[in-house]
Amino acid sequence: MTKYTIKRLLQSLITVLAIVTIVFLLMRMLPTDYYFTEDQVMKLTEEAKNDQLRAAGLLDPLPVQLFRFYGRLARLDFGTSRRLQSGVPVMQLISSKFTVSMRLGMMAMGVSLILGILMGVCQTLNKDRFLDHTGTVYTVFVNAVPSLVSFSLVLAFGSRVLKLPSMYSTRNPGPSSILPVVCLSLASIASYALWTRRYMVDELNKDYIKLARIKGMSSQQIMLKHVLKNAFVPLVQYIPASLLLTVGGSLLVERFFSVPGMGPLMTDAIGKYDTNVVQACVFLYASLGILGVFLGDVMMMLFDPRIRLAEKGEAR
Amino acid sequence: MDKEIVLSARDVEIEFSMRGKTLKAVRKCSLDLYQGETLAIVGESGSGKSVFTKSFLGMTDANGHIVGGSIMYHDQDLSKFKTEKEWMSIRGKKISMVMQDPMTSLNPLKKIGKQIQESIELNQGLKGDDAKAKALDMMKKVGIAEAERRFEQYPHEFSGGMRQRVVIAIAVACNPEILICDEPTTALDVTIQAQILNLIRDLQKELQMTVIYITHDLGVVANVADRVAVMYAGQIVEFGQVNEIFYNAWHPYTWALLSSLPQLGVKGEDLPAIEGTPPNLFNEVKGDAFAPRNPKALAIDFEEEPPFFEVSPTHKAKTWYLDPRAPEIEQPHTIQKLRKNMSDGR
Repeated sequence: MTKYTIKRLLQSLITVLAIVTIVFLLMRMLPTDYYFTEDQVMKLTEEAKNDQLRAAGLLDPLPVQLFRFYGRLARLDFGTSRRLQSGVPVMQLISSKFTVSMRLGMMAMGVSLILGILMGVCQTLNKDRFLDHTGTVYTVFVNAVPSLVSFSLVLAFGSRVLKLPSMYSTRNPGPSSILPVVCLSLASIASYALWTRRYMVDELNKDYIKLARIKGMSSQQIMLKHVLKNAFVPLVQYIPASLLLTVGGSLLVERFFSVPGMGPLMTDAIGKYDTNVVQACVFLYASLGILGVFLGDVMMMLFDPRIRLAEKGEAR
Repeated sequence: MDKEIVLSARDVEIEFSMRGKTLKAVRKCSLDLYQGETLAIVGESGSGKSVFTKSFLGMTDANGHIVGGSIMYHDQDLSKFKTEKEWMSIRGKKISMVMQDPMTSLNPLKKIGKQIQESIELNQGLKGDDAKAKALDMMKKVGIAEAERRFEQYPHEFSGGMRQRVVIAIAVACNPEILICDEPTTALDVTIQAQILNLIRDLQKELQMTVIYITHDLGVVANVADRVAVMYAGQIVEFGQVNEIFYNAWHPYTWALLSSLPQLGVKGEDLPAIEGTPPNLFNEVKGDAFAPRNPKALAIDFEEEPPFFEVSPTHKAKTWYLDPRAPEIEQPHTIQKLRKNMSDGR
């Protein structure tokens, strides 16, 4: 088991490394003019530009630059932003935004995990009855209606009826987080409910449930001791991945509530060719995504004995 | 038969509602089960044998209901049971069941031992280590070697035959009085089949259980059964001691079943098969349900349902052939041949 974990960890590291390398090389293929603002392009002489580029190490041979980049990456140093906020270290730029997004993302994740799974369980227990149908209507609604519409509904209801702040404010993060968190959770509640219900119904129809009934277990005992745990196994694989991806911030929700989060950062950085910021963002998202998949695999292995054995290479 | 009756089903009717239509899966089935015997219920797929016996445990599917008759188990009428709580006093403790497919009957994520232990804790009030000891004991009893090590393993580490042993251990862990085996060997290969049948027989003696086999394998029937009931289209059409069914059957469906046994076929000749299909149980069945497939059916077979006629005190068949007014009917050659073989000592 340890061997498998280490193997998967190494694979993940290599994947992240490959991604950042490719992005690094792509960014280096851009014309150097993009490193300057329009003003600078107009006013600076070629020499002055070259001086600046040389000072930033951008005129060194590519392999040299690459290894310098790796060296800095190991220290999580992404240099300074050139265009978005000139001169500000990238890490500083990202970390403030990242904390905001992460806080919202974590809250939304917690809410949707609890509510979503609860809803799925309730739907299963009341399968084909009113509660189940209500849940299905919710799921269909959230998925079918464009998010802007449902966000507007949340905003209208939240600010008019409940008098909640409609804009996020860093000075008052508590109440002003409520509506963004609700919007972030809407879709994931629906998908957790959907999958929980689906996997539970799957399990309920299996033969071992019949044997459990035959040996005299009550429905509640079967639900608790057999169905819930078994339905959780296929679900568990995706939880870390979605957890980490919500941390990355949602472009739409953050625009909608003017949250100063990660959401718009990467697109802005790409739009302005701020290479260092782009590299940092790519590194961050890639690591989060891959870490999520890795953790999912590890959790799956902890929960499902069949996978544990297969990895040991024993006969099945 | 002067043995005590443990379970007595009378005129049981079971219906399934499917998309507004009603399917009569079991049509007035009656059955007496005697203490300690092995009864085999045979019949083709869809004859209702499984549904009928599952109703003794309240395990019919959600859309199936007992709409008539009674199932007396000692002084309780099981057909009147409604709540899960009532059934829980029967399931596992009094009547238990082994299902067909051992590959799917066990929870894949739970240790084998725990699954047996769970049953013991539920029904015998034992807890923790006591229950574990009993579970280990059960594992040894069903022939699982190295029980301590196997206790900690998961179903996927067991072969099919071994899993069926585990399922049996779970089913009999609480000394049920009646064990229903629903095609317990169909999913296993032939060498394992015999082992499992022997195991069930040994356990039956040791725990003094009454066993019902549901099967369409007449070879299994000949091996294990004391008595046989033949089911067709939701009814028992003939029942009797195993010899009486094999060597002196009277219902044309039983004849057809026996004649299509591969073991009785003559090399080079086509194996007889039963023509046609069983009646559609969504519709009302008129007369003898088997008549349309019986080339030698009498006119009355299409008109009126036959009652049971007694062949011997232990053997009855539901066919007009046995009516005193019926024309002289000869049993088919295969049945005569079987009887001749028997009297010649094979």
